[in-house]
Amino acid sequence: MEHYNMNLTLKVWRQKNSNDKGGLETYQVKNISSEMSFLEMFDVLNEQLISEDKDPIAFDHDCREGICGMCSMYINGRPHGPWHATTTCQLHMRAFKDGDTIVVEPWRAKAFPVIKDLVVDRAAFDRIIQAGGYVSVNTGVTVDANATPIPKSDADKSFAAAACIGCGACVAACKNSSAMLFVSAKVSQFALLPQGQAERESRVLDMVAQMDKEGFGSCTNTGACEAECPKEISLENIARLNREFAAASLSSEE
Amino acid sequence: MALNSKIPQGDIDKKWSNYKGHVKLVNPANKRKLEIIVVGTGLAGASAAATLGELGYKVKVFCFQDSPRRAHSIAAQGGINAAKNYQNDGDSVYRLFYDTIKGGDYRAREANVHRLAEVSVNIIDQCVAQGVPFAREYGGYLDNRSFGGVQVKRTFYAAGQTGQQLLLGAYSALERQVALGSVKQYTRHEMLDVVEIDGKARGIIARDLITGKLERHFGHAVVLCTGGYGNVFYLSTNAMGSNVTAAWKAHKKGAFFGNPCFTQIHPTCIPVSGDHQSKLTLMSESLRNDGRIWVPKNKDEKRKANDIPEEERDYYLERRYPAFGNLVPRDVASRAAKERCDAGYGVGTTKQAVYLDFRYNLINKYGRAEASKLGIENPDEATLVKLGKEVVKEQYGNLFDMYEKITGENPYEVPMRIYPAVHYTMGGLWVDYELMTSVKGLYALGECNFSDHGANRLGASALMQGLADGYFVIPYTIGNYLADEIATKPISTDSKEFLDAEKAVADRITTLMSIKGTKSVESFHKRLGKIMWDKCGMARNEKGLTEAIAEIQALRKEFWKDVKIPGGINEFNPELDKAGRVADFLELGELMCRDALDRKESCGGHFREESQTEEGEAQRDDENFKFVSAWEYKGESEWVLNKEDLIYENIKIAARSYK
Ligand SMILES: Cc1cc2nc3c(=O)[nH]c(=O)nc-3n(C[C@H](O)[C@H](O)[C@H](O)COP(=O)(O)OP(=O)(O)OC[C@H]3O[C@@H](n4cnc5c(N)ncnc54)[C@H](O)[C@@H]3O)c2cc1C
Ligand code: SF4
Ligand code: FES
Repeated sequence: MEHYNMNLTLKVWRQKNSNDKGGLETYQVKNISSEMSFLEMFDVLNEQLISEDKDPIAFDHDCREGICGMCSMYINGRPHGPWHATTTCQLHMRAFKDGDTIVVEPWRAKAFPVIKDLVVDRAAFDRIIQAGGYVSVNTGVTVDANATPIPKSDADKSFAAAACIGCGACVAACKNSSAMLFVSAKVSQFALLPQGQAERESRVLDMVAQMDKEGFGSCTNTGACEAECPKEISLENIARLNREFAAASLSSEE
Repeated sequence: MALNSKIPQGDIDKKWSNYKGHVKLVNPANKRKLEIIVVGTGLAGASAAATLGELGYKVKVFCFQDSPRRAHSIAAQGGINAAKNYQNDGDSVYRLFYDTIKGGDYRAREANVHRLAEVSVNIIDQCVAQGVPFAREYGGYLDNRSFGGVQVKRTFYAAGQTGQQLLLGAYSALERQVALGSVKQYTRHEMLDVVEIDGKARGIIARDLITGKLERHFGHAVVLCTGGYGNVFYLSTNAMGSNVTAAWKAHKKGAFFGNPCFTQIHPTCIPVSGDHQSKLTLMSESLRNDGRIWVPKNKDEKRKANDIPEEERDYYLERRYPAFGNLVPRDVASRAAKERCDAGYGVGTTKQAVYLDFRYNLINKYGRAEASKLGIENPDEATLVKLGKEVVKEQYGNLFDMYEKITGENPYEVPMRIYPAVHYTMGGLWVDYELMTSVKGLYALGECNFSDHGANRLGASALMQGLADGYFVIPYTIGNYLADEIATKPISTDSKEFLDAEKAVADRITTLMSIKGTKSVESFHKRLGKIMWDKCGMARNEKGLTEAIAEIQALRKEFWKDVKIPGGINEFNPELDKAGRVADFLELGELMCRDALDRKESCGGHFREESQTEEGEAQRDDENFKFVSAWEYKGESEWVLNKEDLIYENIKIAARSYK
């Protein structure tokens, strides 16, 4: 792999707090190595701002391995930037070339208010899980883990849905700010497993109700969420959620 | 002070059941009156908070991330051990116990480790019941893989995302309790001190990281589940926010720090690429099931890896350790990689890397197996590669993708380049059998305590320990303490002790902000990391450690004179958060070097150059060092060493051999 250095212009959303109006500010960074991660480039910029006695840019991050779901930058009009199936922290600078201008904004959605700069409040996702994203089992079950075999294909599909990192890129990508992909991933994980059956109906109804209550928009099947999801959560999950929801609504009316 | 580890009487395999049978209980009505603070929402914290909530206690749980689901445990890749013996390959509770004690180089407490092995089987049952989608075989039963330092297959996994799936299981149990009102959750909150009243932990001071406001929280007991301190080295595989602050504050309030120098350097991580590096990425140990580690036999090798013929490759682990080969424990594998690189055989531009190569197994193990399943006779290499790739992808797909994103190289085609990196800290707050620290009512669970892994942790055992502590141990042991606290009314957070503690925290923050120096927090952290890595890393010696102590003291002075923290106190200010953490690392680093200096033997991950065999293996000194070092804080740069003698009644202590 050839490595190279680049100079870049960054336009970054700055917003002091949730009440501030905010706006884009322009910064220059020099000698950025193509081997750096996108967030390491931000580290360089922040060190530069600190040395100039300016306020560094606040952004969320923790694992820097694409798994905690904390990083959340809207880069050149795309959540998590240009690479397919990649979180912001896994995006590397070889995606860019010398002289590029990069625009970086926070997730934008009514249900995700900005806390500062690029940091948003995603507590709505926790509340959706609280509404039903679990199997109601207390610690101390005594059923052996191998008592119920689960067809591998179901287990694999359940795992693929459970791989969601709760980052919210799906919401940021959607013109309606819908959280359907996130919710459908959790509903699917459990709907596909025997352990999830007892609460199958209440789960989908309660989680969807909470999603609506949080102010996420409705799903119009445009598929932007799937295209931008760093974990390749499939639209099939939304189809499954719709089926689960329809079935549950019917039986709850009976 | 005399250390009482409170190990129950009786045979090793009866201790835990005897304990549970005789432990004091708290009745349901009283549980509702008892408040517990849990700090941390990783595997240990989330499982503890959820379970204590289910039992009926009033729980408050804290984490510094924006959601409990983002705790560092989420990043664990390879798997979790349990003595289920589903493979019928000779596993048992005893064998898991034995492997863990031996893997830890005979520096862990027998009773704790045996309990861990016992409850390991319950963990898997619990997780499956929660809907954790572990990997399965075609028959629908759970699959296992092997990890280092053992000869059975006992590791349960979910692709390379086991930590994620286990944490999401514990998180969902926790959120259920939040919904039920038994647990109150405080995200983006950082605990900055323990409040002690009459010698007992009674609460914490926490800072709301959004507003910067300090808060006082009461608890009848405080449970720390705040993870490890590998980030003292600046570069590690830990998440950026992982830190020692909570444990360190507890230490300064009287909790002893156990074996602080026991650090795990993981052999298979993506090497450092430049000065900009902010963290290192692990390539799971599970890859050593199928990846073979080698360097060229020729020092000045210029050819590409795939062009180097078989006979010119040195599979040095297979050569040195024929019995365990590529699956030797981490400390052994790391030192062997360092040895080859130091001797000049390293690969890549920096020469600080070795190859981890999948081609052999991809073709010969998986490719051939698939071909024979499909009935393809005499398959050519291209077909074998294609078929093998599919299987490898299913096993490790996310890790291979991660490698490619970081390095730009495709590990299905060319071997990975890897090098050891700081990964885990076996040391931590000293706890007794009940997981209580030397402060009454203050507990430490998960990576934050020192208890189960001795001087070297075996792969897939941290997840096991975190969940064992949280789901199955603390719910019993905390009851034994709280049963005597039912008469204690909640203490007002306006009491003098709370106000004093809050004031001390506020003063420290004001001091930090008023330094207004010239150097960023990051720059201090990097410098500390370099001292630690160079002098308290994979190899340690008296001269280096002595120098390191002086250098850290000087760096700490400089920090408190010249650190520059932008922004204000009462606002969202990540630089300020980081400054507090680095200030604590600057104290911890000194203690780690002290401990490493004091322990004049090599054991597990602690390698004193002065103490090695002729073949360069770690040389333990059981006569003089068969103890846990429990350091008692006495003031800046002052500690008293307390020793807990380790008694082996069930395992014959022997030289560790993986040959
Ligand atoms: C990349 C990687 C891969 C790994 N893979 C494996 C594996 O395959 N198998 C295995 O067994 N182990 C693995 N490990 C080790 C294992 O993941 C950890 O040891 C384990 O997850 C630690 O869990 P924990 O609950 O103790 O702490 P953590 O998960 O680190 O959680 C700490 C919690 O404490 C909170 N916290 C910390 N300080 C404060 C404070 N001051 N105030 C408030 N909250 C605070 C944090 O917010 C967080 O919620 C891996 C580790 C790494 C780095
Ligand atoms: S569905 Fe995808 S984009 Fe949405 S939260 Fe989950 S991982 Fe992120
Ligand atoms: S920082 Fe964890 S996913 Fe990006």
